Amino acid sequence: MKEQSPLRTVLELTVNNHPGVMSHVVGLFSRRAFNLEGILVLPVGDGAISRIWLLVNEDERLPQMIKQVEKLEDVRNVRRHAADHNAFVRLEEFFNTN
Amino acid sequence: MSQNQNKTKPELLTGAEIAVRLLERQGIRTIAGILGSANLPLYDALSYSKQIHHVLTRHEQGAGFIAQGMARASGQPAVCFATSGPGTTNLLTAIADAKLDSIPVVAITGQVSRNMIGTDAFQEVDTYGMTIPITKHNYLVNSAADLLHILPQAFRIATSGRPGPVLIDIPKDVQLEEVEVTAWPEPGCPDAPPSIDPMLVEAAARMMAEAKRPILYLGGGVIHSGAADVVRQLAEKAGLPTVTTLLALGALPFDHPLWLGMLGMHGAPCANKAMDESDLLIVVGARFDDRATGKLAEFCPQAKVIHIDIDPAELNKLRASHVAIGGDVGAVLQALLPRIEAQARPDWLARIRQLKEDWPLRLPGSEDPCTHYGLVKAVAECLDENAILATDVGQHQMWAAQAYPHRKPRRWLTSGGLGTMGFGLPTALGAALAEPENTVVCFSGDGSLLMNIQELVTAAQENANVKVVLMNNSALGLVHQQQTQFYGARHFASLFSQNPDFVALALACGVRAVNLDSASDPRAALREAIATRGPCLIHCSIDVQELVCPIVPPGAANREMIGV
Ligand SMILES: Cc1ncc(C[n+]2csc(CCOP(=O)(O)OP(=O)(O)O)c2C)c(N)n1
Ligand SMILES: [Mg+2]
Repeated sequence: MKEQSPLRTVLELTVNNHPGVMSHVVGLFSRRAFNLEGILVLPVGDGAISRIWLLVNEDERLPQMIKQVEKLEDVRNVRRHAADHNAFVRLEEFFNTN
Repeated sequence: MSQNQNKTKPELLTGAEIAVRLLERQGIRTIAGILGSANLPLYDALSYSKQIHHVLTRHEQGAGFIAQGMARASGQPAVCFATSGPGTTNLLTAIADAKLDSIPVVAITGQVSRNMIGTDAFQEVDTYGMTIPITKHNYLVNSAADLLHILPQAFRIATSGRPGPVLIDIPKDVQLEEVEVTAWPEPGCPDAPPSIDPMLVEAAARMMAEAKRPILYLGGGVIHSGAADVVRQLAEKAGLPTVTTLLALGALPFDHPLWLGMLGMHGAPCANKAMDESDLLIVVGARFDDRATGKLAEFCPQAKVIHIDIDPAELNKLRASHVAIGGDVGAVLQALLPRIEAQARPDWLARIRQLKEDWPLRLPGSEDPCTHYGLVKAVAECLDENAILATDVGQHQMWAAQAYPHRKPRRWLTSGGLGTMGFGLPTALGAALAEPENTVVCFSGDGSLLMNIQELVTAAQENANVKVVLMNNSALGLVHQQQTQFYGARHFASLFSQNPDFVALALACGVRAVNLDSASDPRAALREAIATRGPCLIHCSIDVQELVCPIVPPGAANREMIGV
């Protein structure tokens, strides 16, 4: 299963924590028909900011996507991690097929 | 934040009063809009304002484009109001148009009360969700106190970096909520532009020195940045033949020896030819739009690229650049100017002169004021260089773009990115409200004009000095032309079997009207119509067979222009 899946990248976003921010982020991907394979969000510290982890397939449009995400007013910072980043790996037990 | 606040005697104010007060502090003097139950508190508060003149439009899209007209002409952010639900959906086209052309508009919409949001309440739509993709940023305001930071922020965002529209959705109960205000925030103003990397400027200067056949390619960013003067200095010092996009017309005067004309789909053949031969493109505030580049893979195939833009996401988006400089284009060119050597470029400029001679933009019929090009020329003769020109979308827009003698920035208002029919009249009206002493001409088509014809009443109501020059070909001319050229002349649904009597229609709206078709001396009639203050419709029939020439066929490279 794992061997066949395409190359993946993990994006780490630090954002202002309010009800609209997910829509802003996700909309940039959906309008480009760019699938988000995984999404993980939790507030950080006192809850004024959140961290969003996005699991995406490697794609030549990714640099443009990151620039667009960086332009969002509520996004403070974007980091791109290598595919082997373990943010999602540790969650796999919650996503078994059976 | 707190040191920026101006302490004041504590006042108990409603959210609506706070919003109006903040708009006043922001320097807003005119707001266009329409009221309804969800923004009535705002309107009630506005009724007390001595500073703000409200322009009641006849459709919210008209209000959105009036705000655009004010912003495009002045460079300052402008405001429109709409109520919830249909009021807001009517605004969307004008907001999307502002997004694509980077225009600083702040739209303030009423929303149903917070306890009713999400219940499919009367006139409830998801304004926040609907406007995410068409605004630069948007807000759903959750408390009256939040307005104190949201409003200034909205103006800051609309005007900082690459400008754009911002929407503020205010639930009715938030408009009515009372809070004590003890200090007022500073008005929102643009962030300082990003600092410029001197190494990149140096690299750009080197590339310009080494280039044999450079071209300066100017886009709307030059207008937004107020960079026309420095552009001219740079072009003259470095000997740079210059082309502009549709939105940048006026960035260099039309009679400047280095100006080649507009590039792209309906551009000047010499401009497209010169770009094809160029070995260096200096792209300033432009974004490689497909109407400008034609087939991208064959656009300026020999050229290296220096790309200067305030929006980092535009750099390397469609065409890889050799030097990409993020920054305010005016500031970057200022930094570049002392670092470049003066160059005469005798060979390249001789070649450019030859191309201009061999491949000019032809304007047949220019002497006859009742033809498409002739009418544009005749109108231009009645105007000074400060007059403002707005257009709708279609053949008339392209003919005006081609034939009008563009002299100055912010005098040419056209819908470039979205290409919105109906843009012209309300945008012209907004420009006339921003500059009441000036003359504003709107070139329109019979299709486009009807899309916001109701604003003729608004023009009469405001006695705005707007002259609508209607090129009436009884057709959706530009799509009719596409059917002629690319769909085997199968003209389906592009000819109007029924059109109103536009002269009578204007009169019925309280607007003077002149019909050049029946004028014994059309030039004299035109001159009189434009010289007489107040709104006026000037009607002229145009042959539906006339085409916008030349044209780059869809999917073709710019060098493959036809109808040259
Ligand atoms: C709102 C909108 N609907 C449809 C179009 C597609 N369109 C582009 S130009 C055009 C025809 C415009 O007709 P008219 O205003 O009479 O101008 P003409 O081309 O005849 O000069 C149409 C339908 C558009 N640009 N905008
Ligand atoms: Mg027409």
